[in-house]
Amino acid sequence: MGIHVIKMPDLGEGIAEVEVVAWHVKPGDTVKEDQVLADVMTDKATVEIPSPVHGIVTSLGGKLGEAMAVGAELIRIEVEGAGNHTGDASANTTAARQQVANPVPAKAPAQSTAGTAEEFPPITVAQPETVVTTVTSAETAAPAQAAPSRPAPAYTQSGGSSAPAHHGRAPGEKPLAAPAVRQRAWDMGIELQFVTGSGPAGRISHADLDAHVSRGQQKAAEGDRRYAVLEGEQAMPVIGMRRKIAEKMAEAKRRIPHFTYVEEIDVTELEALRVQLNARYAGQRPKLTLLPLIMRAVVLAIRKYPSVNARFDDDANIVTTYNPVHLGIAAQTDAGLMVPVVRNAEARDPWSAAAEVARLADAARTGKALREELSGSTITITSLGALGGIVTTPVINRPEVAIVGVNRIVDKPVILNGAMVARKTMNLSSSFDHRVIDGMVAAEFIQTIRGYLECPATLFVE
Amino acid sequence: MNQLVTTLLVIGGGPGGYVAAIRAGQLGIPTILVEAGQLGGTCLNIGCIPSKALIHAAEEFEKAGHYAADSPLGPSPLGISAAAPSIDVTRTVGWKDGIVKRLTGGVGALLKKNDVQVVNGFARILDGKTVEVKRTDGEVQRIRCEHLLLAAGSEAVELPFMPFGGNVVSSTEALSPQTIPKQLVVVGAGYIGLELGTAYRKLGAEVTVVEAADRILPAYDAELTKPVAASLKRLGIDLRLSSSVLGLNAGVRVQQANGEEIVLSTDRVLVAVGRRPRAGGWGLESLQLDMNGRAVKIDDQCRTSMRNVWAIGDLAGEPMLAHRAMAQGEMVAEIISGKRRHFTPAAMPAVCFTDPEVVVVGMVPGEAEAAGIDAIKAHFPFAANGRAMTIESTDGFVRVVARRDNHLILGWQAVGRGVSELSTAFSHSIELGATLEDVGGTIHAHPTLGEAVQEAALRALGHALHI
Repeated sequence: MGIHVIKMPDLGEGIAEVEVVAWHVKPGDTVKEDQVLADVMTDKATVEIPSPVHGIVTSLGGKLGEAMAVGAELIRIEVEGAGNHTGDASANTTAARQQVANPVPAKAPAQSTAGTAEEFPPITVAQPETVVTTVTSAETAAPAQAAPSRPAPAYTQSGGSSAPAHHGRAPGEKPLAAPAVRQRAWDMGIELQFVTGSGPAGRISHADLDAHVSRGQQKAAEGDRRYAVLEGEQAMPVIGMRRKIAEKMAEAKRRIPHFTYVEEIDVTELEALRVQLNARYAGQRPKLTLLPLIMRAVVLAIRKYPSVNARFDDDANIVTTYNPVHLGIAAQTDAGLMVPVVRNAEARDPWSAAAEVARLADAARTGKALREELSGSTITITSLGALGGIVTTPVINRPEVAIVGVNRIVDKPVILNGAMVARKTMNLSSSFDHRVIDGMVAAEFIQTIRGYLECPATLFVE
Repeated sequence: MNQLVTTLLVIGGGPGGYVAAIRAGQLGIPTILVEAGQLGGTCLNIGCIPSKALIHAAEEFEKAGHYAADSPLGPSPLGISAAAPSIDVTRTVGWKDGIVKRLTGGVGALLKKNDVQVVNGFARILDGKTVEVKRTDGEVQRIRCEHLLLAAGSEAVELPFMPFGGNVVSSTEALSPQTIPKQLVVVGAGYIGLELGTAYRKLGAEVTVVEAADRILPAYDAELTKPVAASLKRLGIDLRLSSSVLGLNAGVRVQQANGEEIVLSTDRVLVAVGRRPRAGGWGLESLQLDMNGRAVKIDDQCRTSMRNVWAIGDLAGEPMLAHRAMAQGEMVAEIISGKRRHFTPAAMPAVCFTDPEVVVVGMVPGEAEAAGIDAIKAHFPFAANGRAMTIESTDGFVRVVARRDNHLILGWQAVGRGVSELSTAFSHSIELGATLEDVGGTIHAHPTLGEAVQEAALRALGHALHI
């Protein structure tokens, strides 16, 4: 028996610390080759760490949510044969030793339930191809092997995430039930797709049908729940992506003296132009929203006021302004707020910008965005579309110095040439870092944007 | 005019129609069934049953030949010897007709017992609720109904340049031969062509099978059809793949894969290139139903695009199988009686009575892959099965396909002598949602061919015992 140590891999780009966001195994678990051991997260990307070996987990290198150094010991696995580890005195990095302050005592393999597990063949869970980047430990460069064409004769305890799902079907999957159960469900008017199956492979039994029915009756018997007294609470550790967002937001508000400037824009003509462009290029070019047109206005206004397209290193006291406009676009994802970046926005026409925004937003939402696509912006636009409200106070995407917030469009009575007319108006709520941007510059910057948006032809003439 | 009024009118007395009528009768639904020919349809009269009878007779005759002193295989290893057999085909056909008569008579009795009124005659649809029947006795009968069930079945596809007639026959005529031809050309290497071609070969004809595709039984995968191909060769059947029939002059003109044209001399040609829904000639067009090619389009309750007009069986397209039609017929009767039912079988068994037989239930490995399912498969050969050895039939295997993640059985396939009976076990396990562990953990009687079913499941789990 040897010990195989997996170290925190170097995930590139000078990242020194990686956070453990999920453990999929615990000490005493038997793991198979390619089984996912943990999910770790860098600034923006989440990565799965697979096991390069077959064996029993003896200790984990860190707690959930702990930031670990690259090269630190992530996990220890007892393996057949020699393993890759010859003793604690060997050439482990300092960082590694720091992290293994309290290794969890290894459970004797005999204590695991391997005895009962032998009656069951291993059940492997298919790895969906859409998961985030999977890497092998940098040290053990074992190539990721495809799962064997049939279960290997070696047995493993099926537990944790690799246990077969007894209920819950993939979308489109037919519920599994014997003909008599199907017929009884039809007779009772029950759609089997809503019934949880307790049998092997999610098979629905007569008892499952009964349970489904009694649950329904229980619900009905509980009476009016609208004014019920509620109890209980839910504590959620703020880890991973959520913690990053929390840190960034707090730091931005703590360090930056924000001031927010709100101006109303008459977008009647801009909207008319957008509708016309979409009609003209229907089917040939991507449909335009207002965002790519606003992006263009921001790019053009920056030409006159380059100081807003900057990053302020407030530790070194250096403001760097940039010639290219790398436009951050705040996007909501299931994991939280992300800011994918449209690089060189100055070189994109509205359609190209629209396509790039759509591509990036999709990549961010599906977790496929690259690190470079989620960092390096020089100014940010935040827009919630119809949810944009009338005024917002956007938080600057530090170390940038400005953020342009887009509010919703409303039909409003407006006095125009002495007559009251209905116009489409929209507010821009923009925040600036008052340490480096004066109120005058900010106001002129926004007024320039307003000029472009209210007279949209100027967006296209140079 | 003579007019009848009923709740359910069934057009067609085949396995779909007569089962629907019996079930409707059981449920107390006033039912009339119209049949132009004999009750039992294609299946009982000119399909499943007579072909199996003929195949059985041919097998027995061939087996007797093995015991003859002049058998080309030499003396029987079983130590049996007998005089060279002879066959009186007229009596064989008479025996087969007796079985058919007993069964169709039985269907008539069952319909009567369940108060179904049978009208003998040819139906013509006037509208979705009215049918006119030209009765066999010459009378014209009009029938009005609340529900119209279309179960007109299918017919053999004819080759335009080689119409049926004379010595060009369909499976119908091939099942009632007056003589066994010296030479027979079979067009089509699907299950009908191979089943009948094999039977005729065993009855003494020199058989050539011409197939346009590059393989036999194109509906099944190569692993399954390999033992069948080997058996055809052993029987001395001349198989011409990738060859198309051009026409009939002195013999059958065939264009071979290399473009060369040859003429196969023959006494009889059996055209078995498929069957198609019988969708024309009886007023079906007047209903303007949504169609699926030539087949009537139906939903999972066998409803057509017209309210209270139902279609089942071959008329509703592939797979054209008697047991599918029966299940659909039973279901439609129950829906009409007010029950909630759907046609959602987990699997549709299909059997090919060649020598050896082929059974397919559920998904084959390729289908599982196409459906994006991570599946495992395993097969157990009859060469390792004791019972198979004792009946001199060690060709073939049982194969199982299951999901890798939860071991749910998705499909069974088998090829071998007598494996058609294994379809029962296959269908049970899939329909009941069995996993590999369920079948592997079930005691199967020894010594039987069925042990190969359990062993295939165990092998998929990585611990087969006898291989």
